[in-house]
Amino acid sequence: MTERARTPPTPGAPRPTRSALTELTLARFRLFFREPSAVFWTFGFPIVLAIALGIAFRNRPPEPVRVAVEEGAGAPTTLAHLAPASDRIKAVVESAEDAHRDLRVGKVTLVVVPGPPRTYLFDPTRPQARLARLLVDDQLQRAEGRADPTPTADRAVTEPGARYIDFLVPGLVGLTLMSSSMWGIGYVIVELRTKKLVKRMLATPMRRGDFLLSFVVMRAAFVLVEVPVLLAFGWLAFDVRLSGSPLLVLGVSILGALAFAGLGLLVASRAQNTQTVGGLMNLVMMPMFVGSGVFFSASNFPDAMQPFLRVLPLTALNDALRAVVNEGAGVAAIGPQLLVLVVCGVVSFAAALKMFRWL
Amino acid sequence: MNGAASALRCRALVKRYDGGVTAVDGLDLEVHAGECFGLLGPNGAGKTTTVEILEGLLGPTSGDVEVLGMRWSTHERALRERLGVSLQQTHLPDRLSVGEILTLFRSFFARGRSPDEVLRAVSLEEKRGAWYDKLSGGQKQRLAVACALVGDPELLFLDEPTTGLDPQSRLQLWDVVEEFKKDGRTVLITTHYMDEAERLCDRVGIVDRGKLIALGTPRELIASLGGQEVIEVTLAGGAHGEGSLDEAAAAALPGVHGVRRVADGFAMAADPLHVALPALVDHLRAVGKTLDHLSTRHASLEDVFVSLTGRHLRD
Repeated sequence: MTERARTPPTPGAPRPTRSALTELTLARFRLFFREPSAVFWTFGFPIVLAIALGIAFRNRPPEPVRVAVEEGAGAPTTLAHLAPASDRIKAVVESAEDAHRDLRVGKVTLVVVPGPPRTYLFDPTRPQARLARLLVDDQLQRAEGRADPTPTADRAVTEPGARYIDFLVPGLVGLTLMSSSMWGIGYVIVELRTKKLVKRMLATPMRRGDFLLSFVVMRAAFVLVEVPVLLAFGWLAFDVRLSGSPLLVLGVSILGALAFAGLGLLVASRAQNTQTVGGLMNLVMMPMFVGSGVFFSASNFPDAMQPFLRVLPLTALNDALRAVVNEGAGVAAIGPQLLVLVVCGVVSFAAALKMFRWL
Repeated sequence: MNGAASALRCRALVKRYDGGVTAVDGLDLEVHAGECFGLLGPNGAGKTTTVEILEGLLGPTSGDVEVLGMRWSTHERALRERLGVSLQQTHLPDRLSVGEILTLFRSFFARGRSPDEVLRAVSLEEKRGAWYDKLSGGQKQRLAVACALVGDPELLFLDEPTTGLDPQSRLQLWDVVEEFKKDGRTVLITTHYMDEAERLCDRVGIVDRGKLIALGTPRELIASLGGQEVIEVTLAGGAHGEGSLDEAAAAALPGVHGVRRVADGFAMAADPLHVALPALVDHLRAVGKTLDHLSTRHASLEDVFVSLTGRHLRD
């Protein structure tokens, strides 16, 4: 055996310059940024989603309605009468057989059988078809000599702030805050538990509070990156404007992130493996994913469900974010939503601390 | 430091799990300050459960534990500052570097050694900037021990520190433990490697099915076999038929102390060997048996375990 120089023991060496909480938080940051997939799901994915949805639901110029005129004696006249409105109505003459087939497969929304009496074939449950019937009838009646008692004029209004993308971006901010808080805390804690790292750290004088707090500090710090990145992207790519106070947006976001951090901790408090926690996490997030108005307004759900949807933390967060981002609301206007978030955060943190399985 | 002072003491320790499994079944143990004590036993003997109770990570079902004169219920934080723990399996974070992991663990202790100094002690200086997932098994294990050393502990717990390591890595780890012992500090190590216990431990306790079945220095335990040497013989015709041996007659031979059946033959403790060996060969010739195989070796703690339980440590 080689004799190695004896290392002099240095009892009472000075305390390292950084505290345990700082070191734990630094470790969390390092581990996050060294995991490319985590970085993508947190920062890249919401942007990709915004691009895709922004393209799919971009504001298109109004499209003309497609109409088939059935072959017959009156067909040429009908077609001639519709011609001046070609920007709104696109009409073709077809055999009865072809016209019916095109209506069935949705190539046209309305079939005109010249008559008399003139007959319209359409599916009344489709708003598009009812619109086509009104437009076509209106145009034909006028061409045939009907006079309107009052002259009218149209003025188009499409303003930033009322488009789908304006609705979508704050919803994506809320969705990102929910999923990154829950996965970033719940999943990571369970993974540490499975790898016996929590146990290993508890065998040192580390304070349990420092361990949990490091996750909370990281989440809060992340909000300062996540939210500005998404909002800046929405502004640059889609001209989504921030009407309210940027500080209030960040404040609401941090509150939301902490509420979901509490939920993440609660979900992870007893789970013994990552499969379990993954399932629990989806169980908690799925109802909010669907019902909290990320992609479409929660008011589309029946009135009976509204009270439940309103107390979901993601609904509260999305409503508060939309109020501030789109309408420029102040703190007072979003009080109820902030209350939901605070209650959710406090209750879930308290429950998580009570149930948490350390070993 | 008073050599007889006790660093660790437990009395009538019992741990019963929910399923009704009794992992530790009335264990008494005392580890003196400044000694390296080895807990030996096969897998599932209750070694890890015992150690985790002593480390304050598991609560005993009943029994009394005293560490450095203190109890877990009243002095947990003070104890944690003075203990170094290396668990049986710890998966440290893959994407933290060796230096970052040690700095992190150092930050948990009010007092301790600098990460650089501990890295030198476990010969990992060159790996300071390497991520954990890039380390070999032996390096990971030395880092785990380094994390236990960084708080400058008085008492070091090592739970199977060399399981699954190659011989070179085991030697390196033994050096680290011996270096630690030189400062008069206490080590409790569990292992199922007999050579490790014989090399490192001042005293060993053999544990089987949650009970302490033997206690002493490795030399005393081996001496209890009756001989320092072991003769192993295989006779032509198989141990149960043609090649069977009258065990009582063999045990009565001069220099032979105890005969036991092994896989395909017999093993006997011998002292002195130069008396036992000719006597055995003469006896076999006299009863008309043919030797298929004969070998001698030094007796080990493995033989002690087998003679106490009739089973091998790694069964």
